[in-house]
Amino acid sequence: MPNMKIESPNTQDSTPIVFSAEMITEIKSVIAMFPEGREKSAIIRILHIVQTHYGWTSVPAMNAVADILNIQPIEVYEVASFYTMFHLNPVGNYVFEVCRTGPCMIVGSDDIIAYIEEKLNVKVGGTTADGMFTLKTAECLGACGYAPVLQCKYKFHEHLTKEKVDEIIEAYRTASLVN
Amino acid sequence: MAGRKLLIENVHIPGIETYDVYRKNGGYASVEKALKKMTPEEVVEEVKKSGLRGRGGAGFPTGMKWSFLAKPEGVPRYLVCNADESEPGTFKDRYLMEKIPHLLIEGMITSSYALGANVSYIYIRGEFMYILHILEKAIAEARANGMLGKNIMGSGYDLELVVAPGGGAYICGEETALLESLEGKRGNPRMKPPFPAVKGLWGCPTVVNNVETIAAVVPIVNNGGEEYAKIGIERSTGTKLISASGNLVRPGVYELEMGVSVEEFIYGDDYCRGIANGKLLKACIPGGSSVPILPAHLVTKTANGDNRLMTYESLADGGFASGSMLGSGGFIVFDEDQCIVRNTYTFARFYAHESCGQCSPCREGTGWMEKVLHRLENGHGTMEDITLLEEINKKIEGNTICPLGDAAAWPVAAAIRHFREEFEWHVTHPAEAQIRNYGLIQPRVEEIKAL
Repeated sequence: MPNMKIESPNTQDSTPIVFSAEMITEIKSVIAMFPEGREKSAIIRILHIVQTHYGWTSVPAMNAVADILNIQPIEVYEVASFYTMFHLNPVGNYVFEVCRTGPCMIVGSDDIIAYIEEKLNVKVGGTTADGMFTLKTAECLGACGYAPVLQCKYKFHEHLTKEKVDEIIEAYRTASLVN
Repeated sequence: MAGRKLLIENVHIPGIETYDVYRKNGGYASVEKALKKMTPEEVVEEVKKSGLRGRGGAGFPTGMKWSFLAKPEGVPRYLVCNADESEPGTFKDRYLMEKIPHLLIEGMITSSYALGANVSYIYIRGEFMYILHILEKAIAEARANGMLGKNIMGSGYDLELVVAPGGGAYICGEETALLESLEGKRGNPRMKPPFPAVKGLWGCPTVVNNVETIAAVVPIVNNGGEEYAKIGIERSTGTKLISASGNLVRPGVYELEMGVSVEEFIYGDDYCRGIANGKLLKACIPGGSSVPILPAHLVTKTANGDNRLMTYESLADGGFASGSMLGSGGFIVFDEDQCIVRNTYTFARFYAHESCGQCSPCREGTGWMEKVLHRLENGHGTMEDITLLEEINKKIEGNTICPLGDAAAWPVAAAIRHFREEFEWHVTHPAEAQIRNYGLIQPRVEEIKAL
């Protein structure tokens, strides 16, 4: 079984990134939540902001975070690579993270994962050819009573069935057409 | 009859997530009472009298934890709420925060006052980002109504509340890993001592409490610690939120008075209403994935034949030989069709995935157990593998900085202790094990009593 945490930062593109004015404002407001000299505490939330904007967490984006926090880039890499929510390599527009730990497993998460693999024609860890969906597995999402469960863009999809998976995929496809 | 509810009684009132409705239904009374009529020491005293024990899993007396907080002059103190709910089987804090966020905010204010904290933090797991927004909205409402900020209710007491997300890491539920993460670092647990009560967040005295623990301070201050302690049995006082999952007719979050019988909880109309699809109970993990699994015959009765109750003491009756733990209240139920080897494998994989990698016994041991269980589950195991698992277990347990090592070892040890014949069957019938499950096991009460 691959350990997702071993994912290394992607070094293919080192073109520097400049955050938009809106992002800078949002990031500054997070930094302001912590006492002077403790700005580094804002790092995880900033990474969430960055990933929400770009879809994944690239090295240039992490370098820009280091600049804002006035810390070494390695201090950002080591944090981003520790926490499983940060995708250190490009992913599809919609990342399905399907829980597969005990409570989800005993009510059928294995079947749900297999069904999504078949439906999207990808393996766990893969991205669809059109770049729309990435399928990942997750360890316990804290929704055991509403299992099986997947999360996509911070939204929980619960009580999954094959029909429900169809609906979710369809809804995201439609949403992406609208956008 | 369902017992009293002290925390989630009002969740079904429309609009209870807003300040106005919450306040109209008696909300923020504990803040008013504490700040206007009580000294911080008196609040701590009530919590001590209540017998409240930490609801995150360890069950340490909250009042005692509070009284350990160092109070050096001129050094800030912090209260940090642990909302990193990640223990498989546990989803009660999410429910509480989503449905009745002001209860947590109220508990944070009252508790921060008791501890003398002027800035407090709620650390919430990153996957619950939508709840972070719910909490921030509740905080903004509380502030707009004078419950946060400077000079709250004219008492002269100041408090700021900040919510900070994690990024996906079970280990950050361990309090020192949580503090590291809150400081913007990797979630590697710290050596103890010094304990957070002396050196916590940014080296300052800190109390870390679970969401439900902090919420329970509200009824304790409102009604008095003695009233709270009247509910429950022995040293299990008050009410407990239980997250019920698995093969149940009605899984979900329940608040129950400590002391309800396990049988009533699984089969009662007020609770889970029995096993789904008319199946039989095979096993139960009563307190989150880290606590020992119990086979059916030890779920509703102890090895001595007493009724098993939903209390810290009763669930632990028999020690690890025939008991388990209340833990976080993550109550996972397995029906007769479930494969214990497969379930144990998913938990081993979980712990291997979530080990921070700091201590060798845990880093190497959890990955090793995952591999051994993977081959047992897939029909490539040997009898020696079962012994090997037991040996790896002993080498992890007690040999790590934080309890994740123990948490990874216990479920495997317990599964082998109670379901050894099912593990052996996977070795002796590898092909059959791929197409069907073992089914129920035979009770071995006499053998277990002798352990």
